[in-house]
This record gives sequence, structure tokens and C-alpha cells, in this order.
Amino acid sequence: MPEAAPKEMLRISGLHAFYGESHILHGIDLVVGEGELVTLLGRNGAGRTTILKSIIGLVGSRSGSITVHGTETINLPTHKIAHLGIGYCPEERGIFSSLTVEENLMLPVVVRKGGLSLPEIYDMFPNLLERRTSMGTRLSGGEQQMLAMARILRTGANLLLLDEITEGLAPVIVQTLRQLMGQLKERGFTIILVEQNFHFAADLADRHYVIDRGTIADMITRDQLSASTGKLNQYLGV
Amino acid sequence: MGMSVQTVLSQVMLGLNNGVFYAILSLGLAVIFGLLNIVNFVHGALYMLGAYVALLGFTMLGPLLGKPDFHLNYWAALIVAPLVVGALGVLIEKTMLRRLRKFDHLYGLLLTFGLALIIQGVFTNYFNVSGDAYDGKPESLSGVVDLGFMLFPKYRVWVIGISLAVCFGTWFVIERTKLGSYLRAGTENPELVKAFGINVPLMITLTYGFGVGLAAFAGVLAAPIYSVSPVMGSEMIITVFAVVVIGGMGSIMGSILTGLLLGMVEGFTKVVYAPASSTVIFLIMVLVLLVKPAGLFGKEA
Repeated sequence: MPEAAPKEMLRISGLHAFYGESHILHGIDLVVGEGELVTLLGRNGAGRTTILKSIIGLVGSRSGSITVHGTETINLPTHKIAHLGIGYCPEERGIFSSLTVEENLMLPVVVRKGGLSLPEIYDMFPNLLERRTSMGTRLSGGEQQMLAMARILRTGANLLLLDEITEGLAPVIVQTLRQLMGQLKERGFTIILVEQNFHFAADLADRHYVIDRGTIADMITRDQLSASTGKLNQYLGV
Repeated sequence: MGMSVQTVLSQVMLGLNNGVFYAILSLGLAVIFGLLNIVNFVHGALYMLGAYVALLGFTMLGPLLGKPDFHLNYWAALIVAPLVVGALGVLIEKTMLRRLRKFDHLYGLLLTFGLALIIQGVFTNYFNVSGDAYDGKPESLSGVVDLGFMLFPKYRVWVIGISLAVCFGTWFVIERTKLGSYLRAGTENPELVKAFGINVPLMITLTYGFGVGLAAFAGVLAAPIYSVSPVMGSEMIITVFAVVVIGGMGSIMGSILTGLLLGMVEGFTKVVYAPASSTVIFLIMVLVLLVKPAGLFGKEA
């Protein structure tokens, strides 16, 4: 039996995004299927973060079309978009310093059934249990990253937008995060990962989008990755 | 100098009585400043409005409804005034402040300052500037209580008690409950809180309504003590802003404690050198600004 194409989770067409007068995204088209893990690669300022923020509605203004599970979101307020089942982990983690670890964990609203329960989360991230009464930003960078991941797994969101989750972390933590990505993919989460380079998710990602100056410069599937390394390095300027 | 322990204690008690008003009002300002980032200059006018809801509810509401014997009693006013003023606050936030959110905070300050002048102007036009007495004080709160070192009016004991309960209750909700965690998170990073599925614009509107509701509550408490006048708010708010500057903008517990403390300092100054009692808070403000510009409880920028 031939493998059926995955059901569509997210479709972006003709997306333009602006911050005040600055025109950041110039017509983005991309489709992500259920259970896929795709990365958005590119240099700083290429527009990768803006694509994530546009999906959740956190840019100044946006036009075009973004559908999540078939629902058009371009005119929805941010909190309603989140309720379609999106979990967002921002750049620099976004841990609240005036909230305890557990309050940080409990903050995001449950948007769908099937999220992890608190015991399951503490089972997965034992450090957080130990430090649950500490203030959020007292944690180490690695622990904060785990907290930022854990809190969106609690909500039942099944489309995860993850922005540079490995930035500034020790290699051993990066390794743990890679294992976590593998587990999440196995559990059927759909993941869009913003990364500086393709190494972190090379063996996990189904596809890599290369973003350059607010447009999609290229799309590389997992099969093409090894053949495209030279081309990718050129895009990413490494 | 006749500075017996008894005189000091009794002046400090009277000071504490002023202090609870400072605390409740600066608490409202702190809550509003935290989430909306505006200095709510209309706070004093809404405190005055709260007192007038009590006064007019007692004297004019009955005749207006064609039932001259009906008086909105004190206990009802304690609930009705915050609701009326809170609803007005919701309206102000939804129709005016919301539109200014994407501009500099200065515009919010100017708008609320203008609103304060309008409200005060309208009331000065229709009511006695020198003030009207509120006669609705309940019988059960008349008389005095013997505190051991002085006889203290029962009503003032009630005001201190209920104000402390409201202040610390508010602190508890903000710092220790789930609802409060939304508020604290919204103060830190409202965009991210939206992305977590929380209706932040609604939360902002309700917070503003709650903050000004507190001012109205204080206004009702003040009505039987001070005379109800159109300028009662503008007189009070100048001192309260000094309290806020001393305590540091945005700290909940800081605004409560500073309010109480400065009320007592004012009372104590009355014993030591009475003419300085109305200036001492401003002197402290200057000193605090020189030594710790972010305020006693404020976070350094």
C-alpha cells in the first residue's frame, strides 16, 4: 500500500509581514503536513522568526493567508490562534521572572485534549520538579529551555513553533533537546523549528526551508540533504 | 515638649487612618501602571466620584426615583460605587485608552489628566466646592473604641481594618493565585501571554476597571470622615503620587507598605512639628529620589 501524503496542518500562501514601516516578509508560501518536522534556516535577519511570529499573530501587520487545520487565521487575534492548537516557544525562551517555575508551567491555557499532565511533565523533566517553587529566571539556561518546552507540551498543542531553542546552550543540553525532538516527532507532533544551521535537526527534519531576505530561497528534503550541503553552507554563509 | 507616648501613639493612629487611603489609592495606581503602563491621573477624580455615588445615592437617588424615603445605604454604596466607577473605567479603557496603546505612554497620562480636569470641572459646577457632609454613616459604626492609650472613633477602626483587608487581599490575589500569575506575566510580556491563548485585551480592560473600582471604594470609605467635595480627589492624589514615587512604580506590596508608612510618618510629624506635617512626605520624596531614584521598592531600570 503506498504511503498516504500526510494531512495538511499548516498552509501559508502569499504572506507579507510588516513591523511599522519595515516590510519583512515578501510573499512566503509553505505547507507543513501533520507530524512533519520542518526547519526554517537562514542568517540573522532573514525573516525566520518573523514567519513564526506571523503564524501566531505577533507581527505588526500581515497579509496573505495562513490556515491552521484548515481555519483561516489572518484576521484572528493572537489568543484565538493559539486555541487552534499552537504552542509557541519564543527566542530567548520567554520565561517569566515574576512567576515561579510551576506558575510558568501552568500559565499557557490548555487548548486541546491530550496534553501532558503535570506528573508526566515532571517525570520527563525531573529538574523542574525539584525547582518548582524557584522563580523562573533563577534556573540555568538549559533548565529554562526545558521549562519553555514543557509548558507548551502541557497545553495539548500539536503544532509547535520553536525559535532557536539550542542557542547558547551547552552541547550536552543540545543533545538532550535533540532526543526530545525525536520523542515528540514519534508522538506525532508537528514541529516548525527555526535554526541557524541544519546540523541540529539534520537526521530528524523531513524538510529544510532556506529563508533569505524575507523570501523562501530553497527547499531541501531529507533525501537531498547530503547532496546539498555545499549549497546550504553557501546560503547560510558558513 | 509634651511628647508623651500617648500623644505619639494617637497621632500615629490618626496617621495610619490617612495611610490606608494612600495605600488603597497607590495600590490601584500600581496595578494599572503594571499592566497598562500608564500613570492614571484620573484616579483622584474617580475616588471623588466614588464618594459622590455614596452621597448622591443617599440624598438624591430616592427622590429621583419618586421614592423620597429611599436611601442607598452605606453598605450598599460600598458595593455599588466601585461597580459604577469600575464600569465607567471599563468604558474609558475601551473607548479611549485602548486607542492610545500603540503610542507613547505620555499620551495616556495626558488623556487621563484631561479627564480628571473635566470630571472635577463638571462637579465643581454643580456641587459645593467647600464640601457636603455625608449623613449615611451606619449607626453600628458610631461611637468610640477604647484602644487603651486613646479613645478612637469606631468608624476609623473599621476603615483601617477593611482597607488593610482589601489591600492584602489584592496582594494575595496578584502574588499567590493563578489569576494573579496571568496578571504578573501580562505585566512582563503581554505579547507572549497572548500567544499562550489568554485574552490579554480583556484582561487589561478588567484590570483598569478593578483599579479604579478600588479608588471608588476608598471614596466611599472617606465620605463619612472628610467632607465630600469636587476637589477631594485632586488634594488627595498629589500626596498619593508622592507616595507612589517614594515606593517605586509597579510594586504591589511596595505601594501598600509605603502608603501605610507615610501616613504614620505624617501623623508622627504632627507631634514633633505640626506645620511640617503636610510637607514631610514631599521632603521624603526628594530624599528618596536623590538616593534611590527607582523608589524604595522599585526595581532599578
